Amino acid sequence: MNENINVSASPHIRNKLNTSMIMFMVIIALLPATLFGIYNFGIRAALIVFVCIVGAVASEFIYEKLMKLPVTIGDLSAVVTGLLLALNLPSSIPWWIALLGSVFAIIIVKMLFGGIGQNFMNPALGARCFLLICFTARMTNFTYDGVSTATPLAVLKSGGSVNAWDMLTGFIPGTIGETSVIAILIGAIILFIFGIIDGKIPFAYIITFVLFLILFADQGRDPYYLTCQLCGGGLMLGAFFMATDYATSPITDSGKILYGICLGIMTGIFRVFSSSAEGVSYAIIFCNLLVPLIENITLPKCFGKGGEA
Amino acid sequence: MAKLTFKGGIHPYDGKDLSKNKPIVDADATDIMVYPLSQHIGAPAKPIVSVGERVLGNQKIAEADGFVSSPIYASVSGTVKAIEPRRVVTGAKAMSIVIENDHMYEIAPPIPVQPIAAMTQEEVIGLVKEAGIIGMGGAGFPTHVKLSPKNPDQIHYIIANCAECEPYLTSDYRRMIEEPEKLVSGLKIMISLFKHAKGILAVEDNKPDAIKLLKELTIDEPRIEVKALKTKYPQGSERQLIYATTGRAINSTMLPADAGCIVDNVDTIVAIYHAVIEGKPLTERIVTVTGDAIRFPQNYRVKCGTLYSSLIEAAGGFKDAYPEKIISGGPMMGRALFDLDVPTTKASSALLCLKKDEVKASKPSNCINCGMCVQVCPSRLIPSRLADFAEHLDKEKFEKYNGLECVECGSCSYICPAKRQLVQSIGTVRKQVLADKRNKK
Repeated sequence: MNENINVSASPHIRNKLNTSMIMFMVIIALLPATLFGIYNFGIRAALIVFVCIVGAVASEFIYEKLMKLPVTIGDLSAVVTGLLLALNLPSSIPWWIALLGSVFAIIIVKMLFGGIGQNFMNPALGARCFLLICFTARMTNFTYDGVSTATPLAVLKSGGSVNAWDMLTGFIPGTIGETSVIAILIGAIILFIFGIIDGKIPFAYIITFVLFLILFADQGRDPYYLTCQLCGGGLMLGAFFMATDYATSPITDSGKILYGICLGIMTGIFRVFSSSAEGVSYAIIFCNLLVPLIENITLPKCFGKGGEA
Repeated sequence: MAKLTFKGGIHPYDGKDLSKNKPIVDADATDIMVYPLSQHIGAPAKPIVSVGERVLGNQKIAEADGFVSSPIYASVSGTVKAIEPRRVVTGAKAMSIVIENDHMYEIAPPIPVQPIAAMTQEEVIGLVKEAGIIGMGGAGFPTHVKLSPKNPDQIHYIIANCAECEPYLTSDYRRMIEEPEKLVSGLKIMISLFKHAKGILAVEDNKPDAIKLLKELTIDEPRIEVKALKTKYPQGSERQLIYATTGRAINSTMLPADAGCIVDNVDTIVAIYHAVIEGKPLTERIVTVTGDAIRFPQNYRVKCGTLYSSLIEAAGGFKDAYPEKIISGGPMMGRALFDLDVPTTKASSALLCLKKDEVKASKPSNCINCGMCVQVCPSRLIPSRLADFAEHLDKEKFEKYNGLECVECGSCSYICPAKRQLVQSIGTVRKQVLADKRNKK
């Protein structure tokens, strides 16, 4: 008998992929959008990104130290939250507001509910909505090339015309990470290739949103309008990087599709019928709250009881 | 054409290269041979020898106690030294017959048999029972019980489980390469018991040479078909195998026979051949001794009752350092041993020695709800939720979320990026719920 051998229940092997590696892949996938944002908005954007990431990681570290919990910053999820928050802020935001947002995201939305995986709402978007309510003017003040301008979606809403090509490439005002559809799609492709996300949520979301516009928006049958709606605002960043957040989206396959449909409808309602031009953030945090209900009605059929095909 | 398979499953490192080209060699029996009375599912066998008595190889030393039970035969000649509780692979002590090997290897006369054509179905099944044949893939369900379904005319498929989907294991593969005729003959005997049955040899497509050999051997057999399956764990799981080969699906409340199927493992079918044609009881099997900590991995023909420790010596001992983990069976469903002086049984398929224990190196953290366990679960369950219910002992929710349908294949624990002990929690509570149900009855 040898006391140096380990005894544990099967299985005895584990896949190499772990939580930190998944979060690292998400960070890599966000880099194109981040770098483009810094290129587009200048060094101030880099400062905001830095403040948000440091703020988020430090908040998690300090909270866990104070509460005498194991420190979990090594899983990199706080970095992802900080980065996502930064990408959702205008570059002109004062640094202390960005910091406040990242503290709110980590402490209030994430840690108070039990840390990673336990939050019921996307921390970055929860913080963004918190800041939108507290600092409405500063959060909606978009400075581009030194002048304060309206975002293309706002222009579109008020009946003006916009350049769809610029919206695709991203040379438009907006938040740091949301402007370049191309950069976001490059990141999304990285996530698809490595199997980090699947297409059910983003595609159900985008398709439902387009159908909603066709049915209910005045210019909904104008392809140019549809293109601008798709490329404008936070839709692409939201659909691929925030609606797919594991903790706040359904775990079941059919639930993911239903969740995407809810998101498309909510975003459509906000964008078409509300006074605000944008609606992705509110749509996502609202639908986050529906997730337990969605999961309850989409329990999969198990093998041998109709669920094998 | 889409490959035959099921939904879900995983692709772990398979480690089969270590031993797949190593032919089967005979392993020496140990001086002390141990025969646990419960090597099968069902009632333990009843000893029919007494301490001090001399026994021969292939002599029955314990008889079946009831229908769902199986007799046990000595694999060597020698003297019965004790009938006492002995440590077995589970780590517990189980009543066993201990025989001191006299190394004479004298054998008892075979069980009397007649030519297959002259025997009735009952006689053939009786021989299978008499020879002590049980499912040798690991579960150890008595084979004669499987061969006696309620409606024999409703059996449409006899599936030879040649998937061998557990990583590292190559014992079935070597059997298929070295003795494919015995496998085919055994399968033919099984088919002959059922009027409407077709035989299926279900092999994973990572064994193309075995598929080719079996196809050549069965080219003139209208009732036997070789089917190549996608290589994926747990392809050899009974329910998943039946689905992949026949498109029929059973749940936990059904038996394969309810879907018109009987599934048996390669070694079991070869044992049926030996019993029915040669009158030879089940006393030996093929065991793969492998792993990165073994100096010379090899496939051995092992006399059941041989101690595991001697197999390690036969394979040249450990390479470099003492392994961190030693497993009886494969890495997905095998049992970790803490004592090597335990006997091999009819259900021992491998001895796997790993330098590093991946379980020790991975610390469980919070579930991130990524859904990977849902994607790999062959039973289409939500393992992360079931594990939550299990950890809170919420048996009601556990049942509502179909926790009883779990086949405990371990795919969820393997894939989990948070390294949660999913199947471990689920399996524990599943057994409790099943026990509760039995007690209620």
